[in-house]
Amino acid sequence: MTGFPILSLIMLAPLAGAILLLFIPDTKVRAIKATAAIFSSISLLLSILLYINFDRSLNDFQFTEHISWIPRFGINYDLGVDGLSLPLVFLTSIIFFSAVFVSWNMGQRTKEFFFYMMVVIAGVFGVFMARDLFFLFLFLELAVIPKFILINVWGSKNKDYASMKYTLYLLAGSAVALIGIIAVYVYAADPAKGLGVNTFDIASLAGIKYDAAFQKFAFFLMLIGFGVLVPIWPIHRWTPDGHSSAPTAISMILAGVIMKLGGYALIRVGINFFPQGAAFWAPLIAILATVNAVYIAVVAMVQKDIKYVVANSSISHMGYVLIGIASLNASSITGAAGQMFAHGIMAALFFALVGNIYDKAHTREIVDFGGLAHQMPRVASAFLIAGLASLGMPGTFNFAAEFSIFTGSIQAFPVLAVLSIFAVVITAIYVLRVVQQIFFGPRNARWDNLQDIKGVEMIPVILLGFVIILFGVLPDLLVGMTNGSISVIAQKFINLKAGGIF
Amino acid sequence: MNFNAILIEIFTTILGVILLVLELVLPKGRKNTAGYLSAAGLLAILAVSLGSAADNTQTFFAGLYVTDAFAGFFKQVFLMGAILVTIMSIGYNRLQESKGEFFSLVVFTLPGMMAMVSANDFITLYVGLELMTITFVVLTAIDTASVKSSEAGIKYILLSAMSSGVLLYGMSVIYGVSGSVAFADVFKYLQTAGVSPVVLLAVVFIVAGFGFKISAVPFHMWSPDVYEGAPTPITAFLAVGSKAAGFSVLIRLLLQVMPQAYGSIAVIVVVLASLTMLVGNLTAIPQSNIKRMLAYSSIAHAGYILLGIIAFTRSGLGAMMFYLLLYLFANIGAFAAVIAVTNHTGSDEISSFSGLWKRSPFASAILLLSLLSLAGIPPAAGFVGKFYLFAEAIRQGYLWLAFLAIGTSIIAIYYYIMVIRVMLVGEAKETTSIITSVPLKLVMAVSAVVTLVMGIYPGPVTDWTMQMASLFLK
Repeated sequence: MTGFPILSLIMLAPLAGAILLLFIPDTKVRAIKATAAIFSSISLLLSILLYINFDRSLNDFQFTEHISWIPRFGINYDLGVDGLSLPLVFLTSIIFFSAVFVSWNMGQRTKEFFFYMMVVIAGVFGVFMARDLFFLFLFLELAVIPKFILINVWGSKNKDYASMKYTLYLLAGSAVALIGIIAVYVYAADPAKGLGVNTFDIASLAGIKYDAAFQKFAFFLMLIGFGVLVPIWPIHRWTPDGHSSAPTAISMILAGVIMKLGGYALIRVGINFFPQGAAFWAPLIAILATVNAVYIAVVAMVQKDIKYVVANSSISHMGYVLIGIASLNASSITGAAGQMFAHGIMAALFFALVGNIYDKAHTREIVDFGGLAHQMPRVASAFLIAGLASLGMPGTFNFAAEFSIFTGSIQAFPVLAVLSIFAVVITAIYVLRVVQQIFFGPRNARWDNLQDIKGVEMIPVILLGFVIILFGVLPDLLVGMTNGSISVIAQKFINLKAGGIF
Repeated sequence: MNFNAILIEIFTTILGVILLVLELVLPKGRKNTAGYLSAAGLLAILAVSLGSAADNTQTFFAGLYVTDAFAGFFKQVFLMGAILVTIMSIGYNRLQESKGEFFSLVVFTLPGMMAMVSANDFITLYVGLELMTITFVVLTAIDTASVKSSEAGIKYILLSAMSSGVLLYGMSVIYGVSGSVAFADVFKYLQTAGVSPVVLLAVVFIVAGFGFKISAVPFHMWSPDVYEGAPTPITAFLAVGSKAAGFSVLIRLLLQVMPQAYGSIAVIVVVLASLTMLVGNLTAIPQSNIKRMLAYSSIAHAGYILLGIIAFTRSGLGAMMFYLLLYLFANIGAFAAVIAVTNHTGSDEISSFSGLWKRSPFASAILLLSLLSLAGIPPAAGFVGKFYLFAEAIRQGYLWLAFLAIGTSIIAIYYYIMVIRVMLVGEAKETTSIITSVPLKLVMAVSAVVTLVMGIYPGPVTDWTMQMASLFLK
């Protein structure tokens, strides 16, 4: 490794901040918040630097770092980003920065809140940056218990139930994935079939030609294991409760980045390692993804609680990501990667606004509201931006991503793709209904004491809204970046078909 | 006579005798001095043990007693456990009456364990086993003010006697067919004569006898009651020391002395491991007493560690040794935190840990880390240890067993998390902060540091255990 360890710094900044927090007394709330703000800014600024310095002409990992960790088992601390992971690293730092400022008025056990949140973020960065499968999994696990504590201590409504359900679902998922990972590792160490050396290096493991039966088996494990995170219907049950009960900043992180861990791992490990296995299971994924997109959108339509609407809409949107992955061509996978970024920003903005309303009004029931645009015009306009992004309005990055997904998937699964496109219509119905019932209509005197967002609260809203529109108008800023790395993965499927297996 | 081979044992025994005499000399109320002296002495012995060459195999008493790399490693594990338990006991509030002999008894368990791991014939093995067990029985019952402690002592000695009977039966059958009690002769006999059904019967009896020591299901019945009744430092020592000693003997017998017989009884070990993981974890869920909960969790861990024997390879053995080491520090950390709380509240109930984050942030951080390590969640060492064991099991083709192991460790996370929740989320019943004495703090800090180091940078410790394993299984 030579040069500036920018990835380590981005990842370690939240961890360093968390450790520093331990030495600040509980009562110095301002110092605690300042620390969180400073370290999140460091991550964000370095991520922007990373984005600017990224060489789009290369398909390989860049900014690589290497430290030998457990040589006997071939485990190395290897970091690097390519076109697939860089946008997600960028997304994580944006969400991290926003989440810190959303939590600015956090009054209860402030220090611990920021401590656990920063540990979670460090883990997420680690997953997106790891070039070593062992470390990828380690970072994935690192964040589980802090998230449990975050939901259980600072959450709302049925937080006990939600946090336990969430934790058990995720741990069960990662247990299945772990078996798959060990199986790949053992396969690679086999001198006859694999490489004959112990290695967890993602690039080397992706280069092995696994035999067909193994691919089907291992891909299925990865599908279940990482599918819980995405989440795939019917193993999505943790999501509505988990997202709705979590405190605002954590909902943003859950919907904004944690769900993307699943999608990312499915692309990076699932379809990249096991093209044949992926082709075998793709129809199943596509069907489940359509259920995700359409059925959960209908579920979102009947919710009474705003946060449940947003949480269900997240699952529905991840359905597009899944169908993009299942279609196994360059356009659809690029779209899936883009959709992960677009949805992350959009969902974070939604949750930030809903959290803001809930903090002030102490209710999230849709029927309680009406005409809120009179009292909170800024919230209303930001909510409308997020809502339009959610239904894929041209001019938002979501449009570009969804368009790319559906152009790709209509070639692979025409019927399912058309069905999924109808989910966009359902999305439009529930989003516009919520907007109409909450913000429009005659002024409701009950909410006259509510204050519009101002000051520090504005920072995350402006940042997230700006990102949605910036990449919406200039989608190539992001899409151009992912193309190269994804074409390498898509090439495997072109070869597969050319090989005459199907 | 090569006395160098038993230098560690000689030193330990001398230390025990000195402590016993010291008990008479020390004035009432100053008994903790003996504890500090004992810890310092054991530390010096540990240093001697670590300093001596590992790969130098020596024998004593005409081959009755062997000191090899494997025995050296386990002796170091026992010593580390004893040191931490001794320091922990200094900070334990109960037992003021009997603290003098307490420390010397803790030291006297060590020659027993050491004889077990170094034994090169069945008689020496049995003598070591009984030396350890009887000392543990006394220690379990030493809290004369507590009925539970006496009850635990009685239970322990009755059930130990039964398991010893089973073990002796197995040993005598082996002696009957092979005509010798020496391990080398038994090995040769099995090589030439093969494995007859009678030998298998004997091996099953021996596995059952040691299954009791490692508290594998269905020989685990004693451990929850004994763990609950015994003074907490002794519970910790039973969980780490006695169990490690049991495993060391199982490893030596199955992998070195009777590998030919293992093939035929492998299925029994697999069944034992599966049952142990399942029953241990499932019965831990409803426990409301933290010592009982940790007892069931330690039963479950015996199941995971057995995976290393099932794999029956050098790296499986290394993984076991790594796991025993991390298990030691995680358990010691957890029990030290329990002592810190029970010293103050007088209750072992999990509900009394409510709001611990406010009353003692340090103890709750240590308990959190220790439980994470037991649960196998990074950054604690348990994750790496479980990974090694499961990877080795899958490599040897036991895919379903790995599924079972990982599945049960998810169950385990549930009950660990319940404690974490009570501790971090619950409101404190009292607001007074819990003051932890310096010795307890020291033990907690040491176990936390080791747990973190083994979890975050496991390379050096892995190399050490793997090297010991490859010296043992050449």
